Amino acid sequence: MILPRWRWWFLAALFLAVVIAAIYLPILRRNIKQAAKLQQRTEEQARRELTQPTVINPADPKVKAKLYWASGADDGTVSAVTVDLPLSNEPVLRAKQVLNTLLAGPVDTELRTLPPDAALLAFYLLPDGTAIADFSEALATSIPSGIESEQMAVDSIAKTLEANVPQVRRLKILIHGQETETLAGHLDLSQAFVVNAVAPRAAADVSGAPASTSAAQQLTPADTAVKLAAIPNSASTKP
Amino acid sequence: MLLDVGLFVRNIISRRLSVAFFVLAVCVFAVAAASQAPQQSSAAPAGQQSPASPNAALPAAVAAGLNIVVLDPAHGGTDLGARGTGGIHESDIVLEFAAQVRTALEAQGFQVVQTRQGNANPSFDDRSAMANAQRGAIFITVHIASTGTPGTARVYVMNDMAAGVDATGLIPWDRAQAPFVSLSRKLGDQVQGLLAQRFKGSPANVQTASVRQLRTTAAPAIAVEISSVTVEDRAQLDHMAPGVADAIARGAAAFRPTYVVPANPGERP
Repeated sequence: MILPRWRWWFLAALFLAVVIAAIYLPILRRNIKQAAKLQQRTEEQARRELTQPTVINPADPKVKAKLYWASGADDGTVSAVTVDLPLSNEPVLRAKQVLNTLLAGPVDTELRTLPPDAALLAFYLLPDGTAIADFSEALATSIPSGIESEQMAVDSIAKTLEANVPQVRRLKILIHGQETETLAGHLDLSQAFVVNAVAPRAAADVSGAPASTSAAQQLTPADTAVKLAAIPNSASTKP
Repeated sequence: MLLDVGLFVRNIISRRLSVAFFVLAVCVFAVAAASQAPQQSSAAPAGQQSPASPNAALPAAVAAGLNIVVLDPAHGGTDLGARGTGGIHESDIVLEFAAQVRTALEAQGFQVVQTRQGNANPSFDDRSAMANAQRGAIFITVHIASTGTPGTARVYVMNDMAAGVDATGLIPWDRAQAPFVSLSRKLGDQVQGLLAQRFKGSPANVQTASVRQLRTTAAPAIAVEISSVTVEDRAQLDHMAPGVADAIARGAAAFRPTYVVPANPGERP
């Protein structure tokens, strides 16, 4: 059968279209993937940019801030390092300033308690003194997994807040805005930690000695105490 | 000719339809399979009371007194736990440690219930439920750290917790460990003391940490963490296993006479 000429042209055009599509499809797919990745990155960047304007303001009065990093004794304890920092008097801003300094890490990087790529995304302080600190996912994914390392991370955050922001009574840690069961498979993040359990204790920290002794009382999961406030008998036993 | 074009178009449409049906069928199958998976790994019995979770598959307490050890090799399945640079995974090593701990405990006359045998990953609550369903049990969870001086071992117990009571007098699930904290500390001190003798550089006393696994366990419960997955040669960890097993078994045996077992599973000590 002899095909009319226009039909040959038609078939050739179809064939050409198929070839072009076959070449273009993988390129298109790659572009879509790249665009998705770019979007993820920019979301994270945008969030960081929004939540990072807590730069230290040199006009603020300089105070001796106590930042808790690893004690270096390789025994899972943290100890205070006194740093002269201009800190705001506003508790949320002050908390952001000290936590960002804590995340930046000590001079001796071996004494770090938090991963270098972790960032504080948001910090809220509720009227009852409950602080909500929202960290980026790197806090959970980059920290060395284990009871000791995870407890040190939480200790350093809680004790640093305790020493510098007296308004904070309890600390709840979120990872990328989400409540998580554990930090990296061990330490319980589903409950809040008690901070500043014993009211003003400024004198105790002056020496900068390892402050592990009071850890047991300070880092008790706290939402139990909050819930129990309604039950007079059991609530009265808790400080 | 027009007819030919019609036929051509119809062929294409019918082929496309059959492909579309095939894709649709695959999607339906995939969705059905995916919806079954999370049901199997259901966890977190929210608001559950500890005595209300008996696990029928577990052996019941045979006699009064402490005679059961619920042994928990941590992590498992897709959760590898701590990972060393030499390809050492916490989830594998704890299983091997658990086997030796089990033998040592059985030699001391304990009945051992393991929360996992193979590469499964029960939820924290499922693991706690295995201990909470027993009468006269203690709970020991075994971990390998990614920090700490290699060749040392630490025992952790939960921090002091507010012991809540609800209207029924039962222990709330999310604070199940609260009434047992002081007993856990006694057990932990026994084991830590023996570990410190065996592994130089280990602390002399038990430490406290908010370990998620311990919080929902209504029994004297400790976490034993061994350092660490960072060792160059896995044999270094393997060499520690008999010493750790012996310390745990002898510590549990020393703790046995001091523990007055509650009358019912999940009851206050």
